[in-house]
Amino acid sequence: MTSLPTYTNKKLGLVIDLDTCVGCHACATNCKEWNAGGHSAPLTDYDPYGAKPDGVWFNRVHSFEVKRGDRPNLTINFPRSCLHCDNAACVTVCPTGASYKRVEDGIVLVNTDKCIGCKLCSWACPYGAREFDEDEGVMKKCTLCIDRIYNENLDPEDRQPACVLTCPAGARHFGDLNDPESDVSQLTAARHGRDLMPELGYKPTNKYLPPRARKVDHADIGAPEELEPIEADGFLGWLDKVLSK
Amino acid sequence: MNEQKKPSSTMHGPVNDPHAADDQVDLSPTLGEEVKYTTCYMCACRCGIKVYLHDGKVRYIQGNRNHPVNGGVLCGKGSSGIMQHYSPARLHKPLKRVGERGTNEYEEIEWEEALQIATERLAGIRATDPKKLAFFTGRDQSQALTGWWASQFGTPNYAAHGGFCSVNMAAGGLYTIGGAFWEFAEPDWHHSKYFMMFGVAEDHDSNPIKKGLGMLKNRGAKFVAVNPVRTGYGAIADEWVGIRPGTDGLFIMSLVHELLKSGNVDVDYLIRYTNSGWLVIQDEGAADHGLFARDAEGNPLCWDMDTEGLANAKSGKVERPALKGEFTLADGRRAVPSFQILAERYLDPQYAPEQIAHVCGLQAAQIKRIAAELAHVAFKETIEIDQEWTDWTGQTHDKMIGRPVSFHAMRGISAHSNGFHTCRMLHILQVLLGSVEVPGGFRVKAPYPKHIPPGIKPAGRADQVNPNTPLPGAPLGFPTGPEDLLLEDDGTPRRIDKAYSWEHPISSHGLMHMVIHNAWKGDPYKIDTLMMFMANMSWNSSMNTAGTIEMLTDKDENGEYKIPFIIYADAYFSEMVQYADLILPDTTYLERHDCISLLDRPISNADACADAIRYPVVEPDRDVRGFQSVLIDLGHRIGLPGLTNEDGTAKYPGGLPDYMVNHERAPGIGMLGGWRGEQGDKPLKGEVNPKQLQKYIENQSFWQHEFAPDQRYFKMANKNYLDWSADMGLLPNGDPIIFQLYSEVFQKFRLAAEGHGPHTPPKADAERILKFFDPLPIWYQPIEETMVDGKEFPLHALTQRPMHMYHSWGSQNAWLRQITGKNRLFVHEDVAAKIGAVDDDWVWLSSHHGRIRCQIKIVDGVNPNTVWTWNAIGKRRGAWNLDKDAIEAKEGFLLNHLISELLPIQGDGYRYSNSDPITGQAAWFDLRVKIEKAEPSQFGESWPQFPVVEKFDQLPDTPKVSRYGDVFRKKREGK
Amino acid sequence: MHPAFSVIFFTTCSGAGYGLLAMMGIFGAADMLPSDRWMGLAGLFFALGLVTIGLLSSTFHLGRPERAWRAMTQWRSSWLAREGVMAVLTYIPAGLFGLGWVFFETTSGLWAVAGVITAVLAWLTVACTAKIYHTLRPIHQWHNDWTVPSYLLLSVMSGAVLMSVLIHLFDVVNPYIQALTVVTLALGWGLKTMYWNFNKSTCGLPSVNSAIGIDAAGDVSVLELPHTSDNYLMKEMGYKVARKHADKLRTISHVTGFALPLVFSLFAMFVDGYIALAAVVIAWGLCSLGIIVERWLFFAEARHTVNLYYGETCV
Repeated sequence: MTSLPTYTNKKLGLVIDLDTCVGCHACATNCKEWNAGGHSAPLTDYDPYGAKPDGVWFNRVHSFEVKRGDRPNLTINFPRSCLHCDNAACVTVCPTGASYKRVEDGIVLVNTDKCIGCKLCSWACPYGAREFDEDEGVMKKCTLCIDRIYNENLDPEDRQPACVLTCPAGARHFGDLNDPESDVSQLTAARHGRDLMPELGYKPTNKYLPPRARKVDHADIGAPEELEPIEADGFLGWLDKVLSK
Repeated sequence: MNEQKKPSSTMHGPVNDPHAADDQVDLSPTLGEEVKYTTCYMCACRCGIKVYLHDGKVRYIQGNRNHPVNGGVLCGKGSSGIMQHYSPARLHKPLKRVGERGTNEYEEIEWEEALQIATERLAGIRATDPKKLAFFTGRDQSQALTGWWASQFGTPNYAAHGGFCSVNMAAGGLYTIGGAFWEFAEPDWHHSKYFMMFGVAEDHDSNPIKKGLGMLKNRGAKFVAVNPVRTGYGAIADEWVGIRPGTDGLFIMSLVHELLKSGNVDVDYLIRYTNSGWLVIQDEGAADHGLFARDAEGNPLCWDMDTEGLANAKSGKVERPALKGEFTLADGRRAVPSFQILAERYLDPQYAPEQIAHVCGLQAAQIKRIAAELAHVAFKETIEIDQEWTDWTGQTHDKMIGRPVSFHAMRGISAHSNGFHTCRMLHILQVLLGSVEVPGGFRVKAPYPKHIPPGIKPAGRADQVNPNTPLPGAPLGFPTGPEDLLLEDDGTPRRIDKAYSWEHPISSHGLMHMVIHNAWKGDPYKIDTLMMFMANMSWNSSMNTAGTIEMLTDKDENGEYKIPFIIYADAYFSEMVQYADLILPDTTYLERHDCISLLDRPISNADACADAIRYPVVEPDRDVRGFQSVLIDLGHRIGLPGLTNEDGTAKYPGGLPDYMVNHERAPGIGMLGGWRGEQGDKPLKGEVNPKQLQKYIENQSFWQHEFAPDQRYFKMANKNYLDWSADMGLLPNGDPIIFQLYSEVFQKFRLAAEGHGPHTPPKADAERILKFFDPLPIWYQPIEETMVDGKEFPLHALTQRPMHMYHSWGSQNAWLRQITGKNRLFVHEDVAAKIGAVDDDWVWLSSHHGRIRCQIKIVDGVNPNTVWTWNAIGKRRGAWNLDKDAIEAKEGFLLNHLISELLPIQGDGYRYSNSDPITGQAAWFDLRVKIEKAEPSQFGESWPQFPVVEKFDQLPDTPKVSRYGDVFRKKREGK
Repeated sequence: MHPAFSVIFFTTCSGAGYGLLAMMGIFGAADMLPSDRWMGLAGLFFALGLVTIGLLSSTFHLGRPERAWRAMTQWRSSWLAREGVMAVLTYIPAGLFGLGWVFFETTSGLWAVAGVITAVLAWLTVACTAKIYHTLRPIHQWHNDWTVPSYLLLSVMSGAVLMSVLIHLFDVVNPYIQALTVVTLALGWGLKTMYWNFNKSTCGLPSVNSAIGIDAAGDVSVLELPHTSDNYLMKEMGYKVARKHADKLRTISHVTGFALPLVFSLFAMFVDGYIALAAVVIAWGLCSLGIIVERWLFFAEARHTVNLYYGETCV
């Protein structure tokens, strides 16, 4: 049933680095192509060659601008997908048991054979991670590439979510956030990784690394504020001295 | 993440969850029966891809982890390849026009008939006047073949699309350091501590830049983005320098000014690797004023401060050449070291930050600080690699010393009419800092660096173009003086695009953006046939799109088309196909052979030289052929000697794959460098190996040769690298490559413009040459800007390609068009406030040339004098087999309508092309515009709109719902 | 939130239906209504009819209505499942109660127990419906202390308005029932007014800054949305109603849902015969319209946190 497990053996999830994401949409389209034929296949597209194409995507990349007063303004690219929350209300609200959180690894999944398409889970998710397939009448969502991460038909190095493997800038990381020694936990600690909308108490597994402090001041890299002009004979005089060394 | 044990999906945890348990998650589903490795072609980046096939259908495309370009990652375009491959816009069969151009009246014909039509036409041209064939390729990575083909045909009228892409970057680099930006070089991502990027949106090199930036950021290097727009890469930069478009050159000069004034230049480096010490003749009015003083053998001279005498500057024996002073030559004339001219030029107070900051839209303090930071990192944070190496003089150095500052630049500086000089100035900045080809600096990729400039001259002079005769060389090359231009006796251009003429003498990539205009106008002459490959010239690849459409359909007084015959090869139903008389349908990238050759644009990186192939991983389900194979077939039918045996049979009956393996440019040197020799054991140079392609396929479609550790830096002067390179035929000889800060080539043109020598330009051109051909970089306001009223058109207008679409031929891609189906004009909030507009309002944008209507989005991250939009999103209604009300057509728009291929009319009535006066680079970004709010009744649709393109019968109906991938699941689940 | 007709119809219809059913159960059990067969038949038929139509209508918004039965399995965690279970359970005592009333013309004794149980289950069903919305933390306009009381009260109120029609139809004079109608209308009006004021004056805790995980200090605006056409999230969760438009509808709801029914119901207390009947029928008609508008606003004015990603600053 759709009660949440009291604990999960692992908390597999993503750590997404907003300091490095260039907004190239690679994670989004690679997710699309993997999952189009994957566990929740297909990721239906509506009117794909028509007036206003739309479709099912598990990962969408937003971009924002941030005005910060005396600090430099920012442009932020923000990939958004399921956060596989500890406190996943999308699971508990499900009336049919189609939504569930796996005890083994904390992945939140939908059994599309059971889903009645009531959409309540999408209402319960603050992050917009649920994607309704109008054509099939069922809800779909990020599976954290459950059909990749354990897939014995893949090379061991490839057993990662498609979005992580493909990210050109290396802005996405995958691992067990339950294990404090894991790379993702270490990274989260070092870079002060954040929960999204912590106010709501969903306890998302995925973490977002906020932009690093921007090195805009000369002192940030130990440089002087400006260069001292050469005194006396000027540059060409200086050049003589250099050459006569 | 490695899972040793496969957890069971039915494992019970602390809460017994029967519902979860009955969801039999298949943790190890099959991906199909086959995996094939080829090379991506969703853009020009050439990443390795791993294609999973399931029942002959493409299940998944992944980056190839072992590939030198992408190392496993794959971008947004590459990951959307499935939709490109199965696009309903794919052409199916050759077509012959039976109605008027610009209609859908075509008749499907067999390939044999198509080839016969082309053969007859082309053979006729070749037998009479070969230059009447203009052959231009758009999206092409096989210029080693297409250029050679044109040369075999005997027409000088050949180029790829570099002229409207970024020839300024290629030429600026090749005439200065023997290497260039694009993908031909890379910052030392592993060691660089300070990286400046100028004018790069998504661009060459797509994935390596993203990977590199990720690396830099993780290492804590500082990243500065110089760009009027703060998106993409700029978004993650430590510092965004929102410069005014077209002023980068001035900004760089000001940085150089600061460095020189403070003595922060790498003098040892300049002495060793550059022409700083070469003496320049000072004899105003003489025919050799400003040229290098040379000895009897032609060697440049320097002043040896140890012997206090003149010496051969290239001997490698002068340890302390003078970099300043005035010296007397043997003939009694005076000469000064070129560096002195350079230093005096940029030390001039006119380049002080305070003087130029307002022009660039920057603060003087910011320019000074960046100069200080560059100097600090270059000279105070020097890095050393414990690696012995030997320079070209034989001297051994026990360390490789690096100045860890690096730069990259692309279209943002290239697509201006002052881009050549700006590019050269940037290279000069790098060289002054001693950061080219050093650890942490800017590294060139094999086969570069080349001698400066590369020793190929353009062929196509009157005596070189003859009926039924190949050209004696390549159509494109690198002039080193007026004598290398392609001119008629009266000084008029020889080429249809006016490349290598006085108008733009160093146009090393041709001027594709002028071909249709000139052919239509018959200026400088009329042509017979225009043959093009994947170039959407009636739409987003042209300036003056509406005018170009008219030119393509315009008829003379006899009712004949002014451009008599157009042969066009394309894989897709682009806006261009309906203007062709003969359409040759090409394959998709997964269905074709290609050769990413060291003779052309290989996939090398700074540590290895490498090349790659593409081969069909799926067979075409349509009657289409790869254009390169068609070209080889056609060439044989015409009887081109390189493609025809003595007995008249085809030399390469197997088409492109046959040619890739068996064609030799010089003995032992062919298209592919890997597994040459009869045993397949010779790298780069060796006999033809019939099993070569098989070896490539076994090796995941690429080959690479890693350089020894001592060959990896200082390649321009590294004995072991240069000798190896010469041995392998990558360089003609092992001579060092000496960076040309002061460029004699430009002085030669200037002297000609002053009236010296046998080749002198007409008066009008002479004025331009005197103004623009300076042996040291200059900055001038972009030309169009100086000719239009800056008060009337106060704003700059730019485009960028979105990262998920750059070079991707991709708006019809069912996935990518969901991401960007329409474009809006991004305007600074101040601009919007001035016209009282809010987000999503519609505006009129006008230039001296035209007017468009589009929707706006107000942003903060843009230079306040600049508006910009995503390029090539707007589509013509009906094109690409999209719905006639597709959002791209209804709401998307092109900025191209505002850009003229010609500059405004000048005093004498002549209109030069809208290009860099040196290289002919299309000056897309010189555009000036004004903005006005549209009437509310005009909201909702972009303008201009064009008649709907009626689709060809051979195109399928498009689905209302696409369920790509459901068959894989059904099969897996046994449904 | 997208104001889906099926859901609006369901909640208003079944709300009124359960209200009436509960009223029948309580007043019937309390012997405050005549145990006349026709009265019972009409009342229960109408109540259960509304409930049933409402429930059926709710399945229309399902992607897979044929699987609707599954919706009752997860009653341990899901308020939607509980609502389904309660809705079905309510039929049992209601059926028994109806049996007594219609066939045996009695509402006392054990039949009365069934009536009380019917009422309790009916209210519980409505409470479950309310809890579905109340528990949705991403929607501040629902996840507050007003949602459950107002659903319950409006259900009782709609039931009372209907009841008053019923008693006037059967010429039953019962000042308590008519007074209850007046009182619940007044209370409902007051509660909904306060609820609307609460929604107008507050935002949910999450901000776009916390939604994207950056410092609170910084003014965030959308540069570009992920896709250029509307997607499911925007269509389902991104419904926007103009403030002006909403205020107009709110006025309609105030007037037709509460004020006028209150006037007419009050008026009915002082007249009788056809005039009284006409008054309560008008009150019912207006009230139904007003409650449908109220329910439309309940959805349309609900701002889901996902809108923070799509340009909203207060959700």
